[in-house]
Formats: sequence, C-alpha cells, structure tokens
Amino acid sequence: MSVALVPLAFLMWAVTYPSRALPMLAPGIERLPAWAVSYLRLAGPAALAALAAVNCLLTADKPPHLLVGVEPVAVGVCVLIVARTRLLFPGVAAAVVVVAVTRALGVAA
Amino acid sequence: MGSGETVEASRRKLTRDALAISAYALPVGLVYGLTALQAHYSLVDVLANSTIALAGGAQFAAAGLVKDGASWLAIAGVVALVNARHLLYSAAVAPYLTATSRRERAVMAHFLTDESFALALAHFRRIGEFERRGYWIAAMAIFVPWTIGSGLGYIVAGAVDTNQLGLDIAFPAAMAGLSLGMVSGRRDVAAALGAVAVAVPVGLAAGASIGLVAGALVGPCCGLAVPASPNDESSAPETPEPSSEAGLP
Repeated sequence: MSVALVPLAFLMWAVTYPSRALPMLAPGIERLPAWAVSYLRLAGPAALAALAAVNCLLTADKPPHLLVGVEPVAVGVCVLIVARTRLLFPGVAAAVVVVAVTRALGVAA
Repeated sequence: MGSGETVEASRRKLTRDALAISAYALPVGLVYGLTALQAHYSLVDVLANSTIALAGGAQFAAAGLVKDGASWLAIAGVVALVNARHLLYSAAVAPYLTATSRRERAVMAHFLTDESFALALAHFRRIGEFERRGYWIAAMAIFVPWTIGSGLGYIVAGAVDTNQLGLDIAFPAAMAGLSLGMVSGRRDVAAALGAVAVAVPVGLAAGASIGLVAGALVGPCCGLAVPASPNDESSAPETPEPSSEAGLP
C-alpha cells in the first residue's frame, strides 16, 4: 500500500500547527492588526469557494475549459440545502443523487 | 467569570453537544474518504492525513489540489490559508490555560479544531475556568468520528463505481457547502464571490491550481472592501458556534 502522501500529511501539520499552537504557547502573538484578523477570517470561505468553483466549473483537461453540465446545478442544489439546514451531509447527498440520476437517465455525461 | 453552572452540569451539556457533533462528523468524514480515493490516496495516506494533519476543510482542499497535480508548495500555502483562522481560536482559549504546562498546551493545540474550540470555550465560560476532561471530550468528539469516517468512506467508495453513482460531485459540493457554513455576513459573501470571480478566469488562463491560489488570496481582499454587516464575524473577536462549520475539524 502506497505511503506517498504521508509526508504531505506531515507538511500539512507543519503549516497548520503553528496557527493552533502559537497563541497558546506564546501569549501576545495574537495581537494582530484588525485588518489582518479580518483577512484571516475571510480566507476560509474564500479558499473553499474558489475550490468549489474550480472543481465544478472547469474541466480536468490541460488547459482547462469551462464545464457545461449537470455538475454546477448539483452543487447549486447542495448550496441551497446547506443554506436551509446548516448541515453539510444532506446537501452533498442531494448533489450526488442529482448527478447519479441524470447520468442513469442519460441526460448527463 | 463563569455563569455559575457546576462543573458536572456543564460537562453533561458539553457531552450532549459533543455527541451531536460526532453524529455529523462521521458522515462528513465519509465524504472526505471518498474525495481522497478520487485523488488516488491510499488508505494509509487517508488515515495519516486525518490524524496527523487533522485539518478538515484544508484536507478537502489538499485532496482537490493533489487530484489537480498541484505542487506541494501550493498545497501547503492553501492549507495554511484555510486553517489560518485557528490563530484566533487558539488566542481565545489561551487565557484559560495559564495553569497548564507548556507540554500539555502543545499537545492540546494539535486537537484544536473549529468544533473542539467551540465546545471547549463554551464549557470553560460556563464554569469560569479550564477543565482538562472537558477539553478532551471536546477534542475527541471530532477526532474519533472524523478519523473513523475517513477510513470507512475510503473503503466503501473503493468498492463501487464512483462516477456512475455521481460520487465525483461530492468534493465540489462539500467545498461549496463548507464555504457557505463559514458565511456569517456580507463580507464573507463578498470574499467567497470575489474568490470565485478570480479563480475561474485565472484557472482558465493559467491552470486550475493557480486559479485556486489566486482566488484564495484575492477573495479576502474583496471581503475587506465591503463594509461589515452587524452579524459579520470578520470583525468580531471570536467564533464559531458548534454547528456553524458544517461538521468539519
């Protein structure tokens, strides 16, 4: 069994651990300027939205092309359900059902 | 300092909340296992990421980037950015830890996640002080189901045709849902939409992973350009509620 991505796990730990540990271990380091605190807070939704967009709107080709299909619709359904319930799993499950059903019916590739 | 609840009463409430969080961390872990399978992780890779990195949304992000063939440097940058908010969580918990040793704080920090932070801080506030057992209940409430769910998701997804079942949509859907789970005001909305508006055209022109990094870096600037709304957590000292991050470490 491959362990090729285990070092990546350690790299991810190395870049995420400091943000968890530094304020606990070195009090005072958290006194960042207000704009920096706001930027850090906004980085989460921005990065995840960019990930969603790149993965459902662009093809996997090189160079990528704009994807036209059921995938963006399915992600939209997920967003609507998460907005309503604040729970991730029902939204993801609904998106999977939309894609699976349209593919089974031959409507989507 | 606290609201006067006894330690036992507060711990009972903490345990109830922790069980609720565990109940939704498990299925989200399943989705992560599936996502990692699509990015050609092995089971060992999945479990290593869930236990060593323990980074929830950032793990999803890393899996997507691995799938796109991004460099590890780009992955490290995005992962650090996605998890940078933990700096604020750690700072909020730190005042309660003055009586604990540095070694213990260093270990506790590894288990600091959105959910463990929200659960532990609420418990400490109720009782007005640090309580070791309470912290570990909060930490394990996410760590255990997340790790088990990751492994199970990988094993189950490996036994089926993921494309035929539409499971390939799970990753972008999960990312969109997680992003929405972090939105608390118009600044978050502007940051997310700005990131999308930058990521897609840059991705078309220069490749998906470069578009992603560009969107992640520029999106928060779009949010900062918008006046904060009253419920905007981007101008508040600490967050989130236990349910606000849609079930991820």
